[in-house]
Parts: sequence; C-alpha cells; structure tokens
Amino acid sequence: MSEVTLTVNGREVKRDVEDRTLLVTFLREHLGLTGTHVGCDTSQCGACTVHIDGNAVKSCTVLAAQVDGSSVTTIEGLADGDTLHPMQAAFREHHGLQCGFCTPGMIMMAVEIVKRHPQGLDEKTIRKELEGNICRCTGYHNIVKAIDTAAKTMQGQPAMAAE
Amino acid sequence: MGNEGIGARVLRKEDKRFITGKGRYTDDITERGITHGVFVRSPHAHARITSIDTAKAASMPGVIGIVGGQELIDGGVGNLICGWMIHGKDGSPMKMAAYPAMDPAVVRHVGQPVVLVVAETKAQATDAAGEIEIVYEELPSITQLSKVLEPGAVEVHPETAPGNLICDWQLGDEAATEAAFASAAHVVELELEQNRLVPNAIEPRAAVASYDTGEDHYTLNTTSQNPHVARLVLSAFYNIAPEHKLRVIAPDVGGGFGSKIYIYPEEIVCLFASKKLGVPIKWVAERTESFMSDAHGRDHISKARLALDSDLKFTGLKVDTIANLGAYMSLFSSCVPTYLYATLLSGQYALPNIYANVKLVYSHTVPVDAYRGAGRPEAAFLIERIVEVAARKLGVSPVELRKKNYVRDFPYQTPVLMNYDPSDFITLMDKALAHIDIDGYAARKADSERRGKLRGIGYSSYIEACGIAPSQAVGSLGAGVGLWESAEVRVNPVGTIEVLTGSHSHGQSHETTFAQVVAQRFGLPIENVNIIHGDTDKVQFGMGTYGSRSGPVGLSAISKALDKVEAKAKKLAGHLMEADEKDIVIENGELKVAGTDKKIAWHEMTLGAYTAHNMPEGVEPGLVEKAFFDPINFSFPAGTFICELEVDPGTGVTEIVNFVAVDDFGTIINPMVVEGQVHGGIAQGIGQALLEGCYYDENGQLVTASFMDYCVPRADDLPSFAVDHIEVPTPNNPLGMKGCGEAGAIGAPAAVINALTDALGTEDISMPATPEKVWRAIQATRPAMAAE
Ligand code: FES
Ligand code: FES
Repeated sequence: MSEVTLTVNGREVKRDVEDRTLLVTFLREHLGLTGTHVGCDTSQCGACTVHIDGNAVKSCTVLAAQVDGSSVTTIEGLADGDTLHPMQAAFREHHGLQCGFCTPGMIMMAVEIVKRHPQGLDEKTIRKELEGNICRCTGYHNIVKAIDTAAKTMQGQPAMAAE
Repeated sequence: MGNEGIGARVLRKEDKRFITGKGRYTDDITERGITHGVFVRSPHAHARITSIDTAKAASMPGVIGIVGGQELIDGGVGNLICGWMIHGKDGSPMKMAAYPAMDPAVVRHVGQPVVLVVAETKAQATDAAGEIEIVYEELPSITQLSKVLEPGAVEVHPETAPGNLICDWQLGDEAATEAAFASAAHVVELELEQNRLVPNAIEPRAAVASYDTGEDHYTLNTTSQNPHVARLVLSAFYNIAPEHKLRVIAPDVGGGFGSKIYIYPEEIVCLFASKKLGVPIKWVAERTESFMSDAHGRDHISKARLALDSDLKFTGLKVDTIANLGAYMSLFSSCVPTYLYATLLSGQYALPNIYANVKLVYSHTVPVDAYRGAGRPEAAFLIERIVEVAARKLGVSPVELRKKNYVRDFPYQTPVLMNYDPSDFITLMDKALAHIDIDGYAARKADSERRGKLRGIGYSSYIEACGIAPSQAVGSLGAGVGLWESAEVRVNPVGTIEVLTGSHSHGQSHETTFAQVVAQRFGLPIENVNIIHGDTDKVQFGMGTYGSRSGPVGLSAISKALDKVEAKAKKLAGHLMEADEKDIVIENGELKVAGTDKKIAWHEMTLGAYTAHNMPEGVEPGLVEKAFFDPINFSFPAGTFICELEVDPGTGVTEIVNFVAVDDFGTIINPMVVEGQVHGGIAQGIGQALLEGCYYDENGQLVTASFMDYCVPRADDLPSFAVDHIEVPTPNNPLGMKGCGEAGAIGAPAAVINALTDALGTEDISMPATPEKVWRAIQATRPAMAAE
C-alpha cells in the first residue's frame, strides 16, 4: 500500500491505495470522479486524459503513487463554476460530441494542444495533434472546428466559419 | 419560443452533462457492496474443455464466488436465441446450433467466456482469474471464409449444420435473370470481399447486475441500445425472471453502432451470479474483450454479374454471396445478409431482373451481426462497384451510366421486395458534382501528376432501407418480434411535458431533436420538454434504436401521441372558452379561438385538466396520451457520395482530399445533428475502405484484438467533409422522415474504392486498402517500371 496525496481540482486529497492503483482508478473509484473514462487497455484512445501539473497525460498509463504530490485537473474541474471553459463551450457550439464518451479526454487534450501552440493552429496541426484520442461517433469534423474556435477564443483571434 | 422547431439548428440539451464530466455511463454506476466480475475466456479457436480447476482461485483474497457453464445449465438458464427464422431455397429452416451463454464442454472461438470470477475488487478478481486452471484439448479450427464450404473442411457444429452451412437462401427470379444474361449485349463480372469489422464503440460493454432477495427482483444496468428487448429475451428465453421481476436500465451509453443491440452471455451470467452469490456484480469489458466478444460486422465474399443491353440499360444482376456468421448465430444474424442485404441490390436503378443466392455459414470466429448499416453497406458496395467497373469497361462516364439507369418514377417496386419512397436521384448526383467542382477536376489531376501523385475520383449512389419495419411484413419474413415503437406524452399541470419513448439515444441526440418536435407542435420552448428513455420501469415498452428507426418509427409514435394530446387540449380549451373545439388553434404556447381575440395560455389549459373543476361532459381529468406506431413500409434514404483522393506511388499512402455527401433523408429535424451523423458514418465507411480489418491467423487466433492492431480512423486519417441534402419527405410516416444514422457508412466504402481504383488503374484491390496493398497494386500494374 502507498499513501498518495494529490491536489485534485484544487482540493487536497489523501488516500491509502494499493501500489498498482492507476491514476484513472484512483480518480474514478477512490474519488468518484467518473468524468474521466476508460476506453482501452493499450493507451491508445485518450478517453482517460487529465492534466497533471498542467500537462495532458493519459491517466491509464500512470500509477497514482507515481504522481504523489502533483496537482491534477480532471474534466470536472475545468469549468470556472458555472462558466464553461472556452473549449467546453466550443465543443457544444460546434456539435463536437455525440455519445460523449470520448469527450472529456478530447477536451482535456484539446486544451493542452492550444497551450502548446501559442502561435495558433491550423486544421492539419489539430488533426495531427489528436492522434492519441479516438472518437468513433463524430468523424472528428466538428471536433476539429471546435478546437479551432476555442483556440481563437483562448488566444483572442477571430474563428473560422461555423460549418 | 424562438426557432427551436422542426428544421432548426438547435444546440443539444444533453451536452452540458457530457462536457462537464457528469454523464452517467454504466461503469459510473455503483451500489453499496458492489463486487467485480472478470471472465476467463477461451484462448483457443476450437477446443474441448477437459477440466476446470477453481480450487486455488476460490481461496484467494477477496474472492466471493466462481460460476461456470454447468451451473447455468443446472440453474435452468436458456440458450441464446436468433430472433429471425429464415428458410433455405429448398424450404428447410436455418440450421441453428445451441448457443449456451457459457458452454461447459466445447469452445468455438477465441474469447468465448468459460468462467466468471467474482471478487471484492477488480484487481482481486483479475488475480484469481489468472489462477483458474482450465485444461483444453485443442481441436482443428476454421476461420477463413473462403475455405469454410470446401469439402472436408473442419465443421463448427457437425450435428446441426453439416458442412458449416446454416442456410442456402435465395431471393429473386433466377430463370428470368438468367434469360436477361442470355440476351445481354454486355456482361460485367466482379468478385468482392466485405472485410470483417469490429464496431468499437468507445465505451466498452458493461453490466451492473443486482438481485433483491426481499422483493425477488433483479436490476440490470447495461450498455444497451434496446433495454426492453433485453428484458424480453432475458425473461422469455433465458429464464432469468419474468418481466415484472426484472428492471433493465440503459443509462448514458457511449456509442453502439449495432454492437449493443444484442443480449450477450456476460449480462446473462452476471444476473444469474448476482442471485447465486447474493452480491451486486459489476463487469466492464476491457478493450481486448470487446474485440473478442462484441458482435463483428460484414465478412462476405461475393461474385456479381451485371447484364446490360446495347443501350447500356441494366437488364439483370446475379449475385452469389457467402456470409460468415461466426461460431454462433447472434440475435439478428440471419436477417442481416439476407433481408437487409439482397433486398437492396437494385440500388438506385431500374433493374428488372435480380437474383441473389446467399450461403450463411459457421466458422470459429466471433459471432457476426448488424454493424452500422447491416447488410445495406454490403449491397451498396456491390452494386456501386460493379456499376463503376461497367462504366470503365464499356468506356462511358460513370455519371452518365448511373443517370441513364436511375429510377425516375416513384413509388418504385424493385424485383427484390422493396417499394422505394419518392426521391430525386438526378438532383442528388448533380448537387454532388457541383460541390466537388467537377469542372476543375482535370486541372487538379494534372497538378497531382506534376507532383508525381496519382489522383482518382469515385462515385457512390446508395439507397438503403431504414425505419425497420412493418410488423406484419417482417413477421411473414421470419422476425420473432414486431418492430413498431411506442410513446407516452405526459403533460404536467404546469404545462411542461415529459415524453417517454421506447427509442434509445447513445449519441443520436434524442433529448434535443425529440423535444424540437414536441416544442414545434405547441409553440413551447424546448427546455420545457424532457425526453425520458432507457428504463423499463419508466417506459412501458419499446423496440429500441437501430436501423435508423428512432426518427421514422420512434418519432412517429410520439407524433401520434401528440395528435391525441392536441385533440384533448382543444376540447378542453373550447370548453373553457365556450367555443367549438374545431375553432381552437395552438400556437406560441397559447390556445386561441380562431377569428376572435379569445385565448388562454397553454399552462392555464393544462392546470384546468388537473384541477378538473370544469371539465367537458364525459372527459376524464389529466392530460396524458400513449400511442404505438407500426410503420407501413421501410423508409428509403438515398444519396450520392463523391470521393477524390491522391495516392503517393512511392509509399502507397492514400490521402482523401475531397469528400462530398449529398443525401435525401426526407424531413430533417435538426441539420446540425444530421450532419454529425453523416460525418460519423462516413468516417466509419472510410475506415472500412482504407484502414479497418479483422484478421485471424491459421491457428484461429484473432491477431487484431487491440487499437494497436486494428486501425480505427484517427483525426489525421480523415478530411473534413462537404455535406449537403435535399428533402423529399416520405409519405409513409407523419413527419416524412427517412432516417440518417447509417447512410455515411453505407455509401462511403464504394466511393473511396471507386476513387482508388480510378487512381491506380486496376480493379484488383481489396478492403482495407492499406498502403502496403496499394503499393503492391501499383507495382503489379507497372511490371516494366519495377523491372528497370
Ligand atoms: S483508457 Fe487511457 S488511453 Fe485508452
Ligand atoms: S462522441 Fe462518441 S466516441 Fe466521441
């Protein structure tokens, strides 16, 4: 067993967990934060993406004990109270989700993609950067539009047309 | 109300919970004392089980119990069923072998569940599962479809289905078709493969099963597209409990694409074990388990021949298909390669003579059933490939050959049972040509050539059948159920509305689009309407969501219930305003007496219905109405897709540069939602054409059992799509809807492969056309260059 202390969505939490506990299991089972999803067992789908100290990480690939002391943000902690994060708002505005299962991971990854490209994003770059996140419903068309729009909002530029 | 009615691009009501992490999927549901189940699965394609030793596992920490197949038999659990009886051309019924949830004696595909281990934590269950010792006697297996019917082939169910043949089925007039070939001016032949696909909804299948000893009552939360159908078969065939003692809930479900229609062994076993072990049990599939146990799709090989007269009119089509159903017959497996396939072989064409022979066969593979499109993608691919090949062989434009043969007069009766809805196939093609900028194609191709690339363009004019289906008709063809839908509209005293529907949304946006239809009817805002679905305790009954039936059938039931609500509302309002009910009009949330300034607000009328202080003579209090809608025909969405792509001859990599889809879905409730369905469908169709394929090796091992080995499309494998539509409503349902959920997956593969073969100058390439296959095809067409 290990004692793991994390700051999750701004709140400090401490739990005793088996050494082999994955971060995604810690979040879902021990903290009840079920917004972070599990879609695969080979670290390919990205449904489990969260931010660890500001970086997007697949939470199925790290042990909770490994990130002891870190600050973790999950999809539940992304909005500012009732005000959606621009990426959440853009996913809704552009119909970037259907079943919603890939969505939390997509949004968490997308936020980081925007951060890593302060110079701005084009469609090709967005698509390339999404290679670690699988969506089976949307064909990505509207996800790409949503990320482009959110990037421009987050970076203070005009967005491309809605369709 | 603003514009939130039919045709409005309304943002989704369901989005908020999904974008904030508040969705509630099966794995998110827990109960006090929940335990975790892990299945031990067969590592062999075919083996006899000699012994199962659970002693060590049973004594491991946290283990609560272990359940095997013999206990299911002893407990009276019934075998899984196939719900559609078909008959062969000699009149004999299909040869369906027993399909136990866990066979204690023989395994017939890799991944077949053998034992369930239940422990306090998933880790403990996984540890214990690793200590169960099962001794297998390996037997020879057969997984390659092309070899299944060979004389002397290994047999999957020798007693029931000798030679692996389940059914030798036919449709159409063979003699008339042969006569058309005898007098044909041209005959074009083509061999085709439909690659085996894995649906891969991103939420894996899951179940939370519990049993209440006090009430003798089960509850099952599960990833289902049709919870009432699940409850029906769990009760009537698997003997879990009578329907009133079993509640099935399908909460938020993360995509289905057909794979969550069926009631799988895992749900049955978890329910059984929850009572036997006296604990609630959660089982969630790992992705590898999904690959090995979710019903697969497609998997055909076909030979097709098309006859044309000297004027290039199609005169006959003959098709021979072998369809792989896997190791057991899944719930709808028999109808997919028969009544959902051969009935669509006429395509968009006036094709007077069609004959299809389909041999349905067993193999040592995961069962195959409906996957997005279910039979219609196979039909569309066949007809659209052979038409394109015919145009090339005969030296005519594929567009002109299609236009010459399109059906123009509607309704149109095909020779293979279907009676098509009105549409306008010429306009669909012309709009698609305009979107792709056909006039600029030659210049784009020349530019590709300058850059050393091969450019191709390909067409696909698909038609499909949705809104399954008239109960009497499907009953006469062998369906074990009726395929109507039900709805209940509850108007509350304050005037807000709850709609209970038997359809189920697992991405389709019912909570928004269904609310739009209700809001339109009474001029209310959509936030005053709540759509309730997916719970057998709330909704009385329903057949669920598949075959793009939620609009054409589910919304039609709601529409009928709304008619009744409207009639009663007018009666009440007429009474309250001392006017004739015939003079009442409902708009903008008010009931008005036409031609006067008399009116009452919607909520005044609804409150009146519940206070019941002043009801018309003989009218009951309240405002709740139910309706069942049984379709009078299938609905027939159709469209033309054009794909333009570029191949790098050095690497064999194909890049889709333009993709246009123009569809006729009849009436559209929300264009944003419909476009999203088209995008997703096209992505799966492009996946089938270029990326996705399921392979078994010579030992029957599934070598594509993870996202590392089976390539579902990523964002950078796909382009953005140009999507447009025309609206020719069907006269066969109240809203004129034809359905849109599967069109993309149906139309796209032929468009892509037609474009690719155009670029390569050879017809000889199979799906998925991976870079390796494309590169090899290029080498094969350039022997001289390769030799240099
Ligand atoms: S669950 Fe983490 S990448 Fe799939
Ligand atoms: S919205 Fe369903 S997987 Fe992306």
